Amino acid sequence: MSDQLIFERSVTGRRGYHLPPSEVPARAPADVIPREQLRTAPPLLPEVAEFDVVRHYTRLSQLNFSVDTHFYPLGSCTMKYNPKLNERVAALPGFAWLHPLQPAGQVQGMLELLYELEQLLCAITGMSAFTLQPAAGAAGELTGLKIIAAYHRRKRRTRSTILIPDSAHGTNPASAALSGFTVVQLVSGRDGLIDVQELRSKLTNDVAALMLTNPNTLGLFERDIKAIAALLHERDALVYMDGANMNALLGIARPGDMGVDLLQLNLHKTFSTPHGGGGPGAGPVGVTKTLEPFLPVPRVRKRGARYVWDERARATIGRVHGFYGNCGVLVRAYAYIRTLGREGLARTSRIAIINANYLKRKLEGAFPVPFGDHCMHEFVATAKALNAHNINAWDVAKRLLDYGFYAPTVFFPLIVDEALMIEPTETESKETLDQFAHALLAIAQEAQTNPELIRRSPQRLTVDRLDEVRAAREPNLRWKPTEDISRQPSTPARQPHTPGPGRAVHR
Amino acid sequence: MDYAPNTDEQLQEMLRAIGASSFEELISTVPAELRLPAEAPARRPSQGGAGGSAQAGQRTLDVPHGLAEAQVVELCERLAGRNRSLNHVTSFLGAGAYQHLIPTAVDALASRGEWLTPYTPYQAEASQGTLQAIYEFQTMVCELLQMEVANASLYDGASSVAEAVLLAMRATQRPRVLVSEALHPHASQTLATYLIGADAIVQEIPTVHGVTDLEALSKALGDDVACVVLQQPNVFGCLEPMSQAGERLHRVGGLLIASVYPISLGLLKPPGAYGADIAVAEGRCLGSPVAYGGPGLGLFTTTSELLRRIPGRLAGCTVDQRGRRGFTLTLQTREQHIRRERATSNICTNEGWLALRATIFLSLLGPVGMQELARLNVEKAHYARERLVELPWVRAAFSPSPRDQSNDHDAPARGRPERGGAESRDDQPFFNEFTLEYDSGISVDTVNRALAKAGIVGGFPLADWFPSMPQTSLWCVTELVSREAVDRLVDVLRKVI
Repeated sequence: MSDQLIFERSVTGRRGYHLPPSEVPARAPADVIPREQLRTAPPLLPEVAEFDVVRHYTRLSQLNFSVDTHFYPLGSCTMKYNPKLNERVAALPGFAWLHPLQPAGQVQGMLELLYELEQLLCAITGMSAFTLQPAAGAAGELTGLKIIAAYHRRKRRTRSTILIPDSAHGTNPASAALSGFTVVQLVSGRDGLIDVQELRSKLTNDVAALMLTNPNTLGLFERDIKAIAALLHERDALVYMDGANMNALLGIARPGDMGVDLLQLNLHKTFSTPHGGGGPGAGPVGVTKTLEPFLPVPRVRKRGARYVWDERARATIGRVHGFYGNCGVLVRAYAYIRTLGREGLARTSRIAIINANYLKRKLEGAFPVPFGDHCMHEFVATAKALNAHNINAWDVAKRLLDYGFYAPTVFFPLIVDEALMIEPTETESKETLDQFAHALLAIAQEAQTNPELIRRSPQRLTVDRLDEVRAAREPNLRWKPTEDISRQPSTPARQPHTPGPGRAVHR
Repeated sequence: MDYAPNTDEQLQEMLRAIGASSFEELISTVPAELRLPAEAPARRPSQGGAGGSAQAGQRTLDVPHGLAEAQVVELCERLAGRNRSLNHVTSFLGAGAYQHLIPTAVDALASRGEWLTPYTPYQAEASQGTLQAIYEFQTMVCELLQMEVANASLYDGASSVAEAVLLAMRATQRPRVLVSEALHPHASQTLATYLIGADAIVQEIPTVHGVTDLEALSKALGDDVACVVLQQPNVFGCLEPMSQAGERLHRVGGLLIASVYPISLGLLKPPGAYGADIAVAEGRCLGSPVAYGGPGLGLFTTTSELLRRIPGRLAGCTVDQRGRRGFTLTLQTREQHIRRERATSNICTNEGWLALRATIFLSLLGPVGMQELARLNVEKAHYARERLVELPWVRAAFSPSPRDQSNDHDAPARGRPERGGAESRDDQPFFNEFTLEYDSGISVDTVNRALAKAGIVGGFPLADWFPSMPQTSLWCVTELVSREAVDRLVDVLRKVI
């Protein structure tokens, strides 16, 4: 069976779900809604049976590599195991079936959870206060940058520059630009860290903040962080930390002690909430006492034994999301932190770091790591040696898929040629790391003996290498009834797919 | 407990292989002054209250001890038990978060680990399931909204409105943004936050009788207007004159941004049919639980003309080396990981799992199911409003009084509901949400408190958002509300007031 689109399974008149009877007097829509406000033709949705849907989306799921099925060493993404327990508690009707506008008295358990989660994140990071509202890491960055702008505006001055190291995630400069700032890039030092001289040379009175990642995207701890923060603070500029790599620091060090003024956490990375094939995430933002007045509203507060939403805040930047953020994700992260507790959190980062260093040591013969000695929770190797055989990092990534491993992050960070950014996380066993190392080393061998095999990989999946140039040049972003891009049509002839005019609902 | 499988013996073995004498050697780059003590002083395990505020300089990991699975379940069940779940009350709340049916198959399929635990599909060949599902999602969203292009999702309805306005400003290179007073306040507030630091001039267009005032809109139009943002149905549940607004706006070259309610599109005219240039929606109602307002699902659609300015991920159809159909993320040069500070948006992680749920939901419902579902909402909501206005102290809001029907635009604007006579009760059409006004002396809070005692969550007090509307509440009736529940509501109200 080829992988049909759900639309290609459609048969006119087939139903996948039946609605209950109305129980109330029938009413023709046109009797209560003006005709010019009514839809004239139904949407061209598939007409399929429930079993068609179940088989289709079960089959599609099997085409994915996922954390549950494969080692997923995607650097900077912290693809750790997502505990099943968290799914169970997030699905409790007392969390999943709550309306955001129910009076506070009806949702005290939810408010308590959100309040406690803020406290836990404060304890873990050493920050003074958190907002849970941002929906993802980049939304957290945007929130942080709005706070930075508000801080300087409150001091009645214009600061338009954000300093960002050249090793930063792409979201950093994008968030800064979206917030109306000008980005000035810091060239990393020879050690891959922020070069203090370079920083000094670009640190003008127009600098609103430095955005850094710690450990940085090379997996290296910014050892001069306190001195760097002091330099910024001398000019009353702020230090924003991208907390995407917090999985390296749990129980080891707290950003709040490093002079960081504000940061975002990625709960879908460090705190185990599933990434869902591209979200939902959650990007809470933590700040110092000084910046707390700028946090988005509403804030959850404890008044005696009661929890309430507080909309008032004189200096707030305002709202960044509808209602209160991704509460379903926040419940999962809360369950995770309570499960691990202080010992489990500390053990998590410890093992993440040992796993990364172990893998690094096993690989560096064939895939050297240009920056740093020991790494934190991830490292960036280079596939440059394979260039001699006309193999690049992208080819290595594709060949790994054939070996049953998802690929590392490739070609990032930009300061390493042919970068393979590898983050094993703490939840992978030594056996898995050994197998992965074995596969990568075998690929390095294949580069010498059979480079063509690597260039033509993957071979063992349902598709081989996809034509991404064609995808971009001739964008085909939705199915249309006449569609047939395949040169090997293997689908049975489609039924005509038009819900006819006679298909209006009769009851 | 934790989820790390390696044993202490294995960790020692690994440290030896690394050539490190201890774990501490691996983190020698972390200055000692920043290090937390390896063994934090024991703190009494809390009874479920977590944490404790972080004290500056206290430098410990002040988190309670870990719990076993059974303890976490107990803790979370206790917290969840302190909430009144919609399973145990009859709710008439909507106001931007709508509770709808979720077919069993949606949960059964979406909870598979292969859907729940992959990342954004960067390695296309190993992510064909996710990518094909996104492509199907984009198609269904285009169909439902009758728009040409849909992306793979944004965070929620509110941030989608903000991204839509940013796109319109980029595309038109114009500064002025007109926003209806009847746009959901979370959307307009989120928009305001996104626009801090942008050279935008935001102007609110007032409503008259619950809908955006077309005359006021016309007066505000000019060749510096980038866009107008209208919501359909609007925050009061009323239907906006989208076509007329669009025509007037297009004459001056501005873009029409429509924020719509997906369930309503089974019956209501889709944005593509009234000339919307950008249409967005909160799509959580398509197969995902309300979940206290999040995660949401931002639907984002536009015209082919604006395709290359669209924010967020796009899945495209292509072929592999052997000509077989396959799917990949595409047009990525718009995005932050390539374009960095010149990207069309900073978004990276979006709401993929909810988009999948919406795709499964729409597959199950199909064209007929969506139509029936919308009709059920119309019928139940209209039944409920008819029953409610039987009460002598309740009126449908926004019914024009005879004086106002003479096109008197000096009539009280700002969404202030008008006292209408019984004959004009049905004048303002609605889908499944409507605004009621109570006699003075009967407060919305009093009514809701009385209802809460009977296990009913009454209409949302609109004064929370519109202080000039103290006597009004917003009622939503979806297919999940039974006739019996509506009848009981009216009986309870008769008894208590």
